[in-house]
Amino acid sequence: MRYLPLTPDDRSLMLSRIGAANIDELFADIPRDKFMRALPDLPRRKSEAEVERLLSRMAAKNTPASSVPFFVGAGAYKHHVPASVDHLIQRSEFLTSYTPYQPEITQGTLQMLFEFQTQVANLTGMEVANASMYDGSTGCHEAVLMAHRITRRKKAVLSGGLHPHYADVVRTISHMASDEVVSMPADVTAAEDIIAQIDKDTSCVVVQSPDFFGNLRDLAPIAEKCHAKGALLIAVFTEAVSLGLVEPPGAMGADIVVGEGQSIGNGLNFGGPYVGLFATRQKYVRQMPGRLAGQTQDADGKRGFVLTLSTREQHIRREKATSNICTNSGLCALAFSIHMTLLGESGLRKLARVNHANAAQLADMLSAAGVAVLNDAFFNEFTIRVKGSAQQLVEKLASQGILAGVPVSRLLPRAGLDDLLIVASTEVNTDEDRATLVEALR
Amino acid sequence: MLNNQGRPTQPANNNEASSRRRETFTGNRGLQQEEGLIFEFGRAEVSGVDIDEPAQFKPRLGKFERKTPLGLPGLSEPEAVRHYVRLSQKNYSIDAGLYPLGSCTMKHNPRLNEKMARLPGFSDVHPLQPQSTVQGAIELIDELEKWLLELTGMSAVAMSPKAGAHGEACGMMAIKAAHEARGEGKSRHIVIVPDSAHGTNPATAALIGYTVRAVPARADGTVSAQAVREALGPDVAAIMLTNPNTCGLFEKEIVEIAKAVHEAGAYFYCDGANFNAIMGKVRPGDLGIDAMHINLHKTFSTPHGGGGPGAGPVVLSQALAPYAPLPVLGVDKTTLPGKSFTCLIEQEPELAGTARKPFGRMTAFHGQMGMYVRALSYMLSHGADGLKQASEDAVLNANYVRARLSDIMSLPFGDKPCMHEVLFDDKWLKDTGVTTLDFAKAMIDEGYHPMTMYFPLVVHGAMLIEPTESESLASLELFIMTLRDLAFGVLRGETERFTQAPRLAPRRRLDETAAARNPILRWTKPEAISVAAE
Repeated sequence: MRYLPLTPDDRSLMLSRIGAANIDELFADIPRDKFMRALPDLPRRKSEAEVERLLSRMAAKNTPASSVPFFVGAGAYKHHVPASVDHLIQRSEFLTSYTPYQPEITQGTLQMLFEFQTQVANLTGMEVANASMYDGSTGCHEAVLMAHRITRRKKAVLSGGLHPHYADVVRTISHMASDEVVSMPADVTAAEDIIAQIDKDTSCVVVQSPDFFGNLRDLAPIAEKCHAKGALLIAVFTEAVSLGLVEPPGAMGADIVVGEGQSIGNGLNFGGPYVGLFATRQKYVRQMPGRLAGQTQDADGKRGFVLTLSTREQHIRREKATSNICTNSGLCALAFSIHMTLLGESGLRKLARVNHANAAQLADMLSAAGVAVLNDAFFNEFTIRVKGSAQQLVEKLASQGILAGVPVSRLLPRAGLDDLLIVASTEVNTDEDRATLVEALR
Repeated sequence: MLNNQGRPTQPANNNEASSRRRETFTGNRGLQQEEGLIFEFGRAEVSGVDIDEPAQFKPRLGKFERKTPLGLPGLSEPEAVRHYVRLSQKNYSIDAGLYPLGSCTMKHNPRLNEKMARLPGFSDVHPLQPQSTVQGAIELIDELEKWLLELTGMSAVAMSPKAGAHGEACGMMAIKAAHEARGEGKSRHIVIVPDSAHGTNPATAALIGYTVRAVPARADGTVSAQAVREALGPDVAAIMLTNPNTCGLFEKEIVEIAKAVHEAGAYFYCDGANFNAIMGKVRPGDLGIDAMHINLHKTFSTPHGGGGPGAGPVVLSQALAPYAPLPVLGVDKTTLPGKSFTCLIEQEPELAGTARKPFGRMTAFHGQMGMYVRALSYMLSHGADGLKQASEDAVLNANYVRARLSDIMSLPFGDKPCMHEVLFDDKWLKDTGVTTLDFAKAMIDEGYHPMTMYFPLVVHGAMLIEPTESESLASLELFIMTLRDLAFGVLRGETERFTQAPRLAPRRRLDETAAARNPILRWTKPEAISVAAE
């Protein structure tokens, strides 16, 4: 077997040096009546070429985003990732290294995380960020738990513009932990009065902007009311590129900012792996979940980096930890950080402007074609009303080679919103793509 | 004078009042190059990506245009490539050497898996595009489920958890949902966790509102069924047990433990971090386990990436299967008239009238597809025969290390066979002036990543070595000879070789206390620091 270096002779020699008559003597503690005598009922080993053929056949049954006019968003976005990003994250020393528990020989990962944390803090307008979460949705429930620890209250209020699956994740954990959740009804046009829900028992309010339907939301008045009542504002985003052009949550008074970082440096990957971004105010840092890289000095006085404040974490604090998270999204954070470094401030601004221009132009074209666009302010995504079922329309267009968007009913099946379609347009869309979509929706 | 990158700010002269020995002008040591932070040499106006400004258009941002500065430096592509290559050279990796971190299973990461995960049909598909356009992706998940179920002998699998600890949460929530369905959700609030467990186990139990009750291990490093029986009661929801355990031993009373747990109306959660020891040798489902996560990033070789991403699918027993979280695989006959295809069921109403009662949702989408592809590629490559051989070789390698070091290093539970990792304690270091930490740091100077140290907590000064099946006999021999040489060095009194280590790594020991006392968690402009200091 090509991945196993030991030969039969090696194994015999090793067994004799160990003093075992055969390999199964080393497994003597397994109860004999449970010990497997036969191989599992699975195929035998395959060559590289055979595996490649099998998996390529499966892959060929899927329609890649790059192969068609593609307008699917709602939490994950198709962007161009520079070739150097994927090359660099495949450097052996990044790809096949473990969590940096031995800082003297993992300065590469640690310095990268320190840079990543700074990038995320600056992007979100916050003071500190951690070394990543699994994805935006799990970061969102961690933020709610963190707010509960800080406020010592147990009620979260979720905006009707929050991604429905993020809300599901928060409700799942909250139910298990016996915490209260108030979920506002689906709010297509950012019209809800969430401020009225904030009272003396409220731990946090969770608001997404751009929201699930694409709307940009004003967080400042919500933050103001939260702070007056001793609650925290958790701001969520699923499209990190938007922060190149849109006022960041940190500037609007958010206390915790969580988001999905997939858009920068990471592919669609059918939903994962992605990278959760998590930022907050300095004063809350000891209640943060996840790993933190910090700066220090070595025995010679040279600058170096270590994992720090680990007394918050499970391997030290066990049941008193701020989270159970261990492995996070290190390599996706690296991809994010490299892509962000390649973009820089000027590149990110331009990328964000191109995204916004493409979506604004598409919205104008659709309006002109008589399709109702429901949003007022948006970034690169908006919601339209179609004739009949959006679900059936999307299936029909898929069979014509157009991936037109996400039917709201797919995530909110019983909300009576069956004729709504969420459409995203990023820098990858061409004029021709947009014309094709408008023609198909006319 | 040195700047904050550890580099000199001017050429040396004889009057310089610095006690620090300077090896080179640059601070570099041959191939080992010092590297600043992007914030120190990147520039806001530079970009490594060419993007044209959009043509004239009517903005739709309302009042939300960004006024806050971004503070994000850019680098051209050559500068960026050099920065990250230089950073990478400061990392140890399994590709460069044996990585004996116990409990972490740092095995070889086949590059075929990377190639397969990058096929556009897997890497460039959106989780919410119509399921008719991702049938191959769903087929891959279905196939991976079949392999996991056959290898573990369980009834169902929840695929979406994103790492081991997330899988633990998933399994424990399935258990809580099952108790709730029986009306015992509130009354059963205790979870039994042995002292030797990974920190994630008690943290997970606490996360979802359980109180932890510890059970001690016996003198032989395993948990006795009797101790578990004594800890059980009508208030106990579950036990969380790692098997093989963190001492590198198979829990030999596991069948009795499972029986006692079930008789008390509780469920058995098994931490599957150490599954690499037992593939094709025994199936967790045959031992009475109700839920177990599998770290695809350990057993099934998906790369660790410096701390993730991982993947932690959870296999479930018949009793817990109905509670698996969304999404679940099913057969769809409704979406397209006259067509039926395998689909991922994403919403609860679609399950009306079935026995499935998902407890909720773990994550926004379907889990770690990129990791599924890599894991299935690994499984197909090995086959049933190769996976069994991998476990046997992993156990053989660990036992070889044990046999060749047991005369000089101390084994806390006696010299008997271990599973895929071998645990030493620090009795043999007593009165030498060298600690487990010192010994580990000296390994760095010899070109090895240290073993897991000070874990499990039940053993003093623990050193947990997991060589994995990826090591050749020659590689193991060199590792063993190195540890023997170090051990003899300790006994000969070469204390400085240990207390001063590492001397040859990119950095010497780092001041973790200072880092925690005055946390610097982000780069700030140096002027700002000096103003704050005044």
